[in-house]
Amino acid sequence: MTTLIIGGGVVGLSIAFGLLQQGKSVLVLDGGDGDFRASRGNFGLVWIQGKGVDCPSYSNWSRRSAGLWPGYAEDLKKLTGIDISLSQKGGVDYFTDETELKDRIAALESLKQAVGGDYPFEVLDHSGLKKLVPEIGPKVIGGLYSPMDGHVNPLLLLQALSSAVRRLGGDLRTGAQVVGIEAADRAFSVRLANGDRAEGEAIVLAAGLGASELGPELGFKAPVRAQQGQVLITERLPFFLNYPSGTLRQVNEGGVQIGASKAEIGADDREDLGTIAKLARHAVDVFPHLAPVNLVRSWAALRVMSPDGLPIYQRSTKYEGARFVTCHSGITLAAAHARLLPDWVVGSNQVPDLSDFSEARF
Amino acid sequence: MFTPLETASGRQVTFNFDGREFTAQEGTPLAAALLGAGVSEFRSTPVSASPRGPFCMMGACFDCLVQIDDVTVQACMTPVRDGLVVKRIPRPDVSAEPHDSAPQGSENSREALRA
Repeated sequence: MTTLIIGGGVVGLSIAFGLLQQGKSVLVLDGGDGDFRASRGNFGLVWIQGKGVDCPSYSNWSRRSAGLWPGYAEDLKKLTGIDISLSQKGGVDYFTDETELKDRIAALESLKQAVGGDYPFEVLDHSGLKKLVPEIGPKVIGGLYSPMDGHVNPLLLLQALSSAVRRLGGDLRTGAQVVGIEAADRAFSVRLANGDRAEGEAIVLAAGLGASELGPELGFKAPVRAQQGQVLITERLPFFLNYPSGTLRQVNEGGVQIGASKAEIGADDREDLGTIAKLARHAVDVFPHLAPVNLVRSWAALRVMSPDGLPIYQRSTKYEGARFVTCHSGITLAAAHARLLPDWVVGSNQVPDLSDFSEARF
Repeated sequence: MFTPLETASGRQVTFNFDGREFTAQEGTPLAAALLGAGVSEFRSTPVSASPRGPFCMMGACFDCLVQIDDVTVQACMTPVRDGLVVKRIPRPDVSAEPHDSAPQGSENSREALRA
């Protein structure tokens, strides 16, 4: 039995990797280079604090994935020799506004209660934070440290996953844009843009923004929209930053990555100088010593967002064997997707409970 | 090792690199002036501290980096002018780990994370 996976990004490949580790046969259909690819433009965080403030089960699911990440990264390294630079020493969010900090503390406290108290984070004032991160500037009034957070090199992750899938005997086809699906229970036939076809007994739709078009053919609503984010990266600097934040992290090659804007402008992945300047200003507010540092690159990418920002895991009610997976945090959730989702995909008994993330909520 | 193809005919000026005075013809690419004066190691890389010097001499490789007014620039793309002060990019201390002082109690938190 072959499982077709539509989408060769981090989400689709993680599921493929997990299925292959269980001895299943997979065919991954990856789209064209001109497609929108969150897997090539994302910020690379394995991030927990603040996620799921209104949905504790999302917090728990993310946390479970973060706990599985070390083993997942180790599996990839053993199989491919690629070290994807996972670091989970904790993360820090920086605040320059008293009200924003107070609101965030309240949100984290309430989430901590909701998940049963096991939710480590620490509130640091300016001087406490300066001990942890001496480079912060005077505009930073304080921050939130959580040992739950981390980061990874997302491009190395994508490379390692592609390599791992092929090494385990998976069929990964690039430039394979799916334009149509003929579905029946346990019999799926997809049509590619070049006229080829591919067949499988199960199918996982993990096509990011492409899912909104293909979803209905498998009985899914697939309500996803694009949210643009822009990211900058500096020249390589000597290592100074141990802890990533939601907006600033020093990557394993030395550059400081600065992000990330949020713009509801549809499927538009062009950068603009105004946004770039705003991001750079924020970086210099937090770390004044970055002021004379050169930026070497900037880019925009599109987040794949459901209406409430939470993931969707949906089994088709129309065709047995069809699954739909989409999420904004494909990096954070990659370990859970590889280790836990295969059981849900093949429909065996040990399924993780993903009922909070069904499409029925929309 | 490096000598100019043409005899210097323009104005000779003085510039400073890493605390040393050098003389070169005004307008010569800084990288060429330093190579001509026998300097081949311009900097250490910021991550592994391995030595680097000019490679392409045409603005593409970014290996000849130096600092002028605290800003990193390509020496091959910078014309020498009188009184120019050029600094070597500070060599990183690769023996030391970045400061690592997680808040107290975080070890317990990490145990909780693993559990």
